[in-house]
Amino acid sequence: MDFPILTIMMLVPLAGALACLFAGSASRVIALGATLVTFVLGIMLWANYEIGGAQWQFQEKYELVAGFSYALGIDGIALMLIMLSVFLMPICILASWDSIKKRTGEYMAAFLFMEVLMIGTFAAQDLFLFYIFFEAGLIPMYLIIGVWGGDNRIYASYKFFLYTLIGSVLMLIAMFWMVSEAGTSDIPTLMQYNFPGGAQTWLWLAFFASFAVKVPMWPFHTWLPDAHVQAPTAGSVILAGVLLKLGGYGFIRFSLPMFPDASADFAWFVFILSMIAVIYTSLVALVQADMKKLIAYSSVAHMAIVTVGLFAFNVQGLEGAMIVMLSHGLVSGALFLCVGVIYDRLHTREIERYGGLSINMPYYALFFLFFTMASIGLPGTSGFVGEFLSLAGIYQTSSLVALVSTTGIILGAAYMLYLYRRVAFGDQKNADAAAMKDITAREWIMMTPIAAVVLWMGVYPESFLAPMRADIAALDALLSAAAPASDAALTGGEPLSEAANAIEFEGHEGEAH
Amino acid sequence: MLDFSSSFALVIPELILTGAGLVLLLVAAWVGDKAARAATIVAAGTLFTAGLFTIPGLHFGTDGPDTYAFGTLLKIDSFALFSKALIYLAGIGALMVAPAFFNGPAAASERGLRAEYPVLVLFATLGMSIMVSASDFMTLYMGLELNSLAAYVLAAILRKDTRSAEAGLKYFVLGALASGILLYGISLLYGFTGGTDFASVRAGLEGELSTGQLFGLTFVLAGLAFKIAAVPFHMWTPDVYEGAPTPVTLFFATAPKVAAVALTARVVFEVFGGQVQAWQQIVMFTALASIVFGALGAIGQDNLKRLLAYSSINNVGFILLGLAVATPAGASAMLIYLVIYVVMSLGSFTALLMLRGADGELYETFGDIAGLAVTRPAIAWALLLFMFSLAGIPPLLGFYSKFVVFQAVVEADLIVFAAIGIAASVIGAFYYIKFVKVMFFDEPVGLATGKSETSHWVLLAITAAIISPLGYLMTGSISDLANKAAYALFLAV
Repeated sequence: MDFPILTIMMLVPLAGALACLFAGSASRVIALGATLVTFVLGIMLWANYEIGGAQWQFQEKYELVAGFSYALGIDGIALMLIMLSVFLMPICILASWDSIKKRTGEYMAAFLFMEVLMIGTFAAQDLFLFYIFFEAGLIPMYLIIGVWGGDNRIYASYKFFLYTLIGSVLMLIAMFWMVSEAGTSDIPTLMQYNFPGGAQTWLWLAFFASFAVKVPMWPFHTWLPDAHVQAPTAGSVILAGVLLKLGGYGFIRFSLPMFPDASADFAWFVFILSMIAVIYTSLVALVQADMKKLIAYSSVAHMAIVTVGLFAFNVQGLEGAMIVMLSHGLVSGALFLCVGVIYDRLHTREIERYGGLSINMPYYALFFLFFTMASIGLPGTSGFVGEFLSLAGIYQTSSLVALVSTTGIILGAAYMLYLYRRVAFGDQKNADAAAMKDITAREWIMMTPIAAVVLWMGVYPESFLAPMRADIAALDALLSAAAPASDAALTGGEPLSEAANAIEFEGHEGEAH
Repeated sequence: MLDFSSSFALVIPELILTGAGLVLLLVAAWVGDKAARAATIVAAGTLFTAGLFTIPGLHFGTDGPDTYAFGTLLKIDSFALFSKALIYLAGIGALMVAPAFFNGPAAASERGLRAEYPVLVLFATLGMSIMVSASDFMTLYMGLELNSLAAYVLAAILRKDTRSAEAGLKYFVLGALASGILLYGISLLYGFTGGTDFASVRAGLEGELSTGQLFGLTFVLAGLAFKIAAVPFHMWTPDVYEGAPTPVTLFFATAPKVAAVALTARVVFEVFGGQVQAWQQIVMFTALASIVFGALGAIGQDNLKRLLAYSSINNVGFILLGLAVATPAGASAMLIYLVIYVVMSLGSFTALLMLRGADGELYETFGDIAGLAVTRPAIAWALLLFMFSLAGIPPLLGFYSKFVVFQAVVEADLIVFAAIGIAASVIGAFYYIKFVKVMFFDEPVGLATGKSETSHWVLLAITAAIISPLGYLMTGSISDLANKAAYALFLAV
């Protein structure tokens, strides 16, 4: 394809960002326009994506003098994650429409820069280009948390920045080694390259350091609750919706295909961390008094289902992990929006300050309920599809891990329903909370599309699975040689010459009739 | 005679600098400070002209025996030309920012810009010019001392300011000590090898090093480490950087660093090129120690100039890491890092110079710049670019400098050192983002609200544009030049 659509998709928000820096209050309109145009371009991208066609489509490549190339291109996995980013972005801008009052231009610019970098990260086909986009996201996010965040924003922004940085610099060293070993920084070529076994271990660990922080996996998750709680609503949406997915994307794009043997060796390490995460963070979520913190901990638990699915080494697990990522991006984003809606009215995230909202805010309660159910994984919502596939995948590898991970779903139901009961049901014990108005037209526009997509993904996931199917099958083919032994595999026994009940049947032959 | 004329042709930039320096000295003596501004402009023009003469050699690449001048006293190869061009550019920067500072109330106790300032800058750059083209320990020492003596006076140029005087004195005492150590090392090498020119010292060092030779090598490296301000010989840097007038600090942080690093590279490759094992561990230790201590030392600082001093120690560590690799790729990475470092330093010190109050007084602590993003957004955004760039966060150009250095380190199979270095760079990121935190997150104090000079704006805009991702457009030509320079350096090895 000659039309460089991926570059255009990055240039539109970039131009918007530069305009916003100087536009002042008009920046809201500019930002909304830029994100909507990018979204439309994204739809064109999806429409023109040829399912079952070449593995890498929309490729662009220019040799840069700097030692790496500007190479873009997407497969189905990247396509879906790009769609998620461009879909959430206009909603984020709308969510910040009224609540951001100071330095609006810079705020909108930071978000648009973020969008450029997210699209770039998913579309990059050069190792170093990927690193640049991946790492550059720190700057706008640091500013978003630090300038427009809550009371404890400085601590949260430092923690976010330094945690993420220390993880990714080690990955950079590993990248240098890979490129000098393989002689190319082209990601598709590297995915086919066989790195020697001993080196794989170290490379895997270096990449793990970066992605485990991003995902985040227990015990590297402590930056997330702080960052989420302190970030403005739209910042939390982007953080939960897209930035956490960078970690999962990293595993599926780098760790698994490039270091399959090391991935198999470390699969149990990942399982153990994930199992702890599922149980531990779910229990922690149960006792939170702060709504955002509760959802942040639930994110860690959900992302643990993703890592479990990824390291199941089979098609269901990988597909499930991808759908959980997409679903969690939408649902947790929507839940943060729900928190944002009432936070804008009452300026507190404390659960105790609310109660009985279904009486005075019925439509709000409806949306909140819907997203709560999607987060629990109610059949018919996207959460169910993803979690079911992931758990089905892991069950083939280890029934123990499947058992423990499923507990997380029960605990998930517990903390989400408990949250919902305290916020929406019960008495209207606080007069100010009881006086809040129901959602406005702007908030309707934010919530409805997400709800529609969640339902769509829940009822007909094929639309989202189809573009990824060939890529996941290719990945599975790469991995199958290294897949760890499964404890659920049936062992073939000695075949009996006759059916088990044959003797008895024979003995009573005459009496049978 | 023919030999002499070709030698003179090679040192045209130095001749221009000498001539202009002497003429301006007379002008300063007869006309006085009235001519200061004109002298500054002339000096900057001289540096520019001298720089023009380096272009053909840089472009086509010069190396080999044709580059020797005056016997084997000087060697004007691509490597020397590359360093010189960078030194001259830094010198022009130091001259550009000076008038606005010295004529402002920050230097109120003085008579304004003194005519000696451009003269001293010219002589200092002449000294550095000789340093980087030295191929004999005698010329090396001459260049070093010419530069140092001019620099001591520059540090103390605000005579009535006690901090400036203290900085000058400290710089002088410790610099003299370093020169002594260096001379001692040179004398040991001379004693044990029987020569002072690089080629014969190198020949004398063949085979296993004797104790005396090893001492000579160590003392020479220690003396040079003083000049570079690398750990463990870095103690003077924060005090001198803080006390010296800011334009002088800007000068110290850029040009002499380039000269000293280039000189060190020349010495380790051309003199000790056969003894890589002997010096590699010393340089590697110095590099990693500079990265770690530069980063740790900066954390507690409140004065911005002091903080940038530690930042320069930290950066020198990365530069030396490129040197410690002892491959052409490493030397080329070192030169690219130097270029980007000079641009970042010029930019950040210029931004500091622009932080003025309504009456023009200078602000230089964290408390003074709180909330700068609201009061002076342009300067705050430029500083944000410089700080993230110094921290090595992509997509800013500072990332590219770390990129090439670490790539060279990993390719030389020194992965452990690369991992230590890059992990320590995260410590450094802590105080760079503190800069951003203070400017963007804190409540504005509204102190630095004064107007800034056009010359400062110009320099800030140029450096910020280079540091922004636009700078990647010139990485191709810079690495081309750096490769030629590194090639010339390695021809002797």
